[in-house]
Amino acid sequence: MILPLSWVRDYADITTTPDKFAELMTMSGSKVEGFECLADEIKNVVIGKILSLEKHPDSDHLWICSVDIGTDAPTIIVTGAQNLKVGDLCPAALDNSRLPGGVKIRKGKLRGVESNGMLCSLGELKLTINDFPNCTEDGIMTLDTDVAVGTNAAIALGLDDVAVEFEITPNRPDCLSVLGLAREAAATYGVPFTAPTPKLPTGEGDIADMLKVSINTDICSRYVGAAIKNVKVKPSPQWLRQRLRLAGVRPINNIVDITNYVMLEYGQPMHAFDYSYVKGQSITVRPATNDEKITTLDGVERTLSSDMCVIADDNAAIAVAGVMGGEFSGIYDTTNTVIFESACFNGPSVRVTAKKLGMRTESSGRYEKGLNPENCLPAITRAIELIRELDAGDIVNGVIDIYPAPRKERSIPLRPEVINKLLGTSVTEDEMIKILLPLGFIVNKNADGTNSVVVPSERFDVERDCDIAEEVCRFIGYNKIPSTIMRGVATARPTPRQIFHKKIINALIGYGFYECETFSFYGKKSWDSINLPENDPLRNAIIISNPLGEDTSIMRTTALPSLLEVVARNYNARADEVAIFENATEYIPSATEDTLPQENEKIIISAYGKNYDYASIKGVVEKLLYTAGISNAEYVINAEGTSYHPGRTADIMLGDVKIGMLGEIHPTVLSNYSIKPRTYAADINFDLLFEHSRESVQFKPLPRHPATTRDLAIICTEDIAAAQLVKCIEKGAGKLLESLTLFDVYRGDNIESGKKSLAYSLVLRTAEKTLTDEEADTVVKKVLKNLAEIGAQLRS
Amino acid sequence: MKQALQTIQKTALQLLDAAENETVLEELRVRFLGKKGELTLILKQMGGLSAEERPIIGGLANEIRTEIDTAIRAKSKALIAATLNARIGEETIDITLPGNKILQGKRHPFQQVLDELMEIFLGMGFDIKEGPEIEFDHYNFEMLNMPPSHPARDTQDTFYITENILLRTQTSPMQIRTMEVQKPPIRIICPGRVYRSDAVDATHSPLFHQIEGLVVDTDITFSDLKGTLEAFIKKLYGDDTKVRFRPHHFPYTEPSAEMDMSCFKCGGKGCSLCKGEGWIEILGCGMVHPKVLENCGIDPEVYSGFAFGVGLERIAMMRYGIDDMRLLYENDLRFLRQF
Repeated sequence: MILPLSWVRDYADITTTPDKFAELMTMSGSKVEGFECLADEIKNVVIGKILSLEKHPDSDHLWICSVDIGTDAPTIIVTGAQNLKVGDLCPAALDNSRLPGGVKIRKGKLRGVESNGMLCSLGELKLTINDFPNCTEDGIMTLDTDVAVGTNAAIALGLDDVAVEFEITPNRPDCLSVLGLAREAAATYGVPFTAPTPKLPTGEGDIADMLKVSINTDICSRYVGAAIKNVKVKPSPQWLRQRLRLAGVRPINNIVDITNYVMLEYGQPMHAFDYSYVKGQSITVRPATNDEKITTLDGVERTLSSDMCVIADDNAAIAVAGVMGGEFSGIYDTTNTVIFESACFNGPSVRVTAKKLGMRTESSGRYEKGLNPENCLPAITRAIELIRELDAGDIVNGVIDIYPAPRKERSIPLRPEVINKLLGTSVTEDEMIKILLPLGFIVNKNADGTNSVVVPSERFDVERDCDIAEEVCRFIGYNKIPSTIMRGVATARPTPRQIFHKKIINALIGYGFYECETFSFYGKKSWDSINLPENDPLRNAIIISNPLGEDTSIMRTTALPSLLEVVARNYNARADEVAIFENATEYIPSATEDTLPQENEKIIISAYGKNYDYASIKGVVEKLLYTAGISNAEYVINAEGTSYHPGRTADIMLGDVKIGMLGEIHPTVLSNYSIKPRTYAADINFDLLFEHSRESVQFKPLPRHPATTRDLAIICTEDIAAAQLVKCIEKGAGKLLESLTLFDVYRGDNIESGKKSLAYSLVLRTAEKTLTDEEADTVVKKVLKNLAEIGAQLRS
Repeated sequence: MKQALQTIQKTALQLLDAAENETVLEELRVRFLGKKGELTLILKQMGGLSAEERPIIGGLANEIRTEIDTAIRAKSKALIAATLNARIGEETIDITLPGNKILQGKRHPFQQVLDELMEIFLGMGFDIKEGPEIEFDHYNFEMLNMPPSHPARDTQDTFYITENILLRTQTSPMQIRTMEVQKPPIRIICPGRVYRSDAVDATHSPLFHQIEGLVVDTDITFSDLKGTLEAFIKKLYGDDTKVRFRPHHFPYTEPSAEMDMSCFKCGGKGCSLCKGEGWIEILGCGMVHPKVLENCGIDPEVYSGFAFGVGLERIAMMRYGIDDMRLLYENDLRFLRQF
């Protein structure tokens, strides 16, 4: 809502600077976004009178003008405009002047002739033909009123008014009007609010003889109509156009301008239409029929449905209620009789209609927020008053006012103790009343000595104690309310899951991984990029019904594409090495549509670079499991995956439970992302990790007896996995095995091709005594026997 | 004999002085003090001496032995020290060479801010609650005093999944979920991802992070709201930070406010960060609307509360001077390494 300051001053006598006004209004609850004054941008521009015009000797289009700017001698200004004649008054930007947009004007020579400034066009003053309809857009602006030469042009043209822009919250549709804001301003400044009291002027005839109105739907709570005959469609006077321009509304003609002026002043949308197009002299407000067609004022044919509401004559719909008029109902130069409509339609219904038709108008935007039917009659009265004031036509006596169920006033008890208890204040009842009265509340004394307040009809937002408390609070000043510390001692601590979460994140950071945050949604292409098969269950996803675009329409079922995209971005930025992770949520649809999906928290890791290969990523995973206190993980080859390299991918198993996977990204996937280096990833279900984590640490006494070490180099065929060898060793050595370390993997000379040699160091120990060589040898024998069973031998 | 002893003394001391290393020194020790050493041999001849001469020569011999022994020890020490010095000299390195690179990652910048906020609120007695990002309309809007026709829904452009399920536009649904199952006193914060259908640009993102807080108890006042949030912002930005509250509107609180803090860059004088105002908008807050309490089965005549919401990205961006929100979600390592 943009408010011309002069308009507020019509109803509240405030003296203020724009800065102060902005600050005080913001602090009392009407937030000011900013203010603008065209005159502030215009400096040293005065009204000049053309004394003579002379052709420039060296140009076929320039004119040398002698201009009277109120000084003793005329000033010479050269112009290229062709519309001037002697005697014209026009704005002259003198030497060292400023125009809107930071333009500076200095004197200079134009083809050898000194020009002491510039004569201004509308555009150069940031004006349009709509603001000054008698001027030309092609040439210098000329004034049609008599203004003394030398007068400051910004003031002479009325550009010194200040436009203040407000951010009006949805609970205060009443402040989408000059009157609403003027009331707030008056209360803020502690000056009286002088509400306008428009009176219906007497005219000719009777509207009842011209028009019948009926309401056939509960979407319309009130319909007020009035008629003007013999309208004189012409431009509005300067003061009215000026205010519309400041408020951001384009002046059109006097009739349309009056409807807009009243809409801004009262917040009540007005509609004017040509009586000659109303068939049967009757208007019905009724639901639209399904597939009913109307061509609206903007020339578009609209198809309506039965949940919408129309204004119709005997023949057809002539307007979509609260949204836009029909094409034939506009006001043109040929219009003779005009009907003014000031009606109130149900907000949600207008909202749905406007949304369905895809046409939010100034009018629908206001209805949506909920308007006050009590405002309909004063607003139309004001419009008729303006018709008279502007001499725009002949007023027909009376109005038609259909108001089936007048609004009941709302009265609520004033409970100062409840309000003070909520605010933490000790404001007296009298002080509260002093705040409420200027805002239009009426205070009534009850029989028991308590007070009740009658809420002004436009204040839908005030329903109970807390709403009154807000009024009290904002006019005492939010910052005058004391600040206190809550009583009572509260103890809080993170949950075990939150503590574990932090531990895991910190561990990953400690291993050199950078935390990422990526979007939770992507497009189908992301699945294609990771080679997800067409029938993969992960392609069953939550779909956003109104996404920003196709590529942000699916809630991710796997965060792998999100991370690979980050890897690719960094690869493109020439990173030698990337090590990242995200604590990502994945969204898996539930079986039925009306239950919430499952949100799985994952730890996704990805890396490439000289420090990263399969073993190092596995090292990270092992260390992470160690941090979680998990020691029984098994790594089982997963050759099924399409996103990962089938020969280099493991499922991370805890017994039968797969808690994640890790491996090298499939070469095809990497090429989909244009990532050249081998890239690795791990994908761990955080919830399962937490579920299987062990917090307890139990001290073990330090060994008192020395350990015995046996190194075994074992030869086996390539198809035997290291994990199988380890199983044989662990089984054979039993409890005596303290630790087992792989220290060499060898293929090549002295080893049969197709075979490999794995060298393990076994540390054997028992707490009771030092093991003898014989005992150690027995262990080795058992181990070798187990190994032999799977076809692995000691390397000779 | 006395002369022979003095010769040994002189020779030994001369040779010791010239000894270049431990090996030579050991040879000299054996030569003079060993079992078959020169001094020992002399002493063995003492039997031929008179009773008067014996103690004199014996005394002299012992003196010389002690002298040589002391000299050997001293020389040995000197030799060790010289060797050590030589080694230290050889081992001197260029200590200005860079250290080895230690791998170390970092938390995402706004997670760092989140951690800090959570620490502060934990310290003030707020538990941390997490909840679903895909939510029922019921929890995201209806229970929060925003029925389907409520105009305030327009200010939160919502991504819908079905008619009743949506991507939460705020973390407030967790307040409702908490109040439904927990009796006051309640002190919680709810951090998490929230969604609004804003196209991506320097200051907008369809996805961002919020922390919302809720306090419900008997006798909770607007003054408590002010005091608590003032204390929070001072913990985050320092004791000199000033705050101010401005009236605002949220459907789920009444009275509602926005809190501004004095600009931490210019201290309130006005600069580019605060657009010359000296104040920075930091959070929205208000007293929990009685309808919201009633919706959760809490009697507003007995209990009252306040709620607030802070945008994490905004705080992180202001703190680190990040001018483009997109950077937060691009995860360029050159960006992430800076925090």
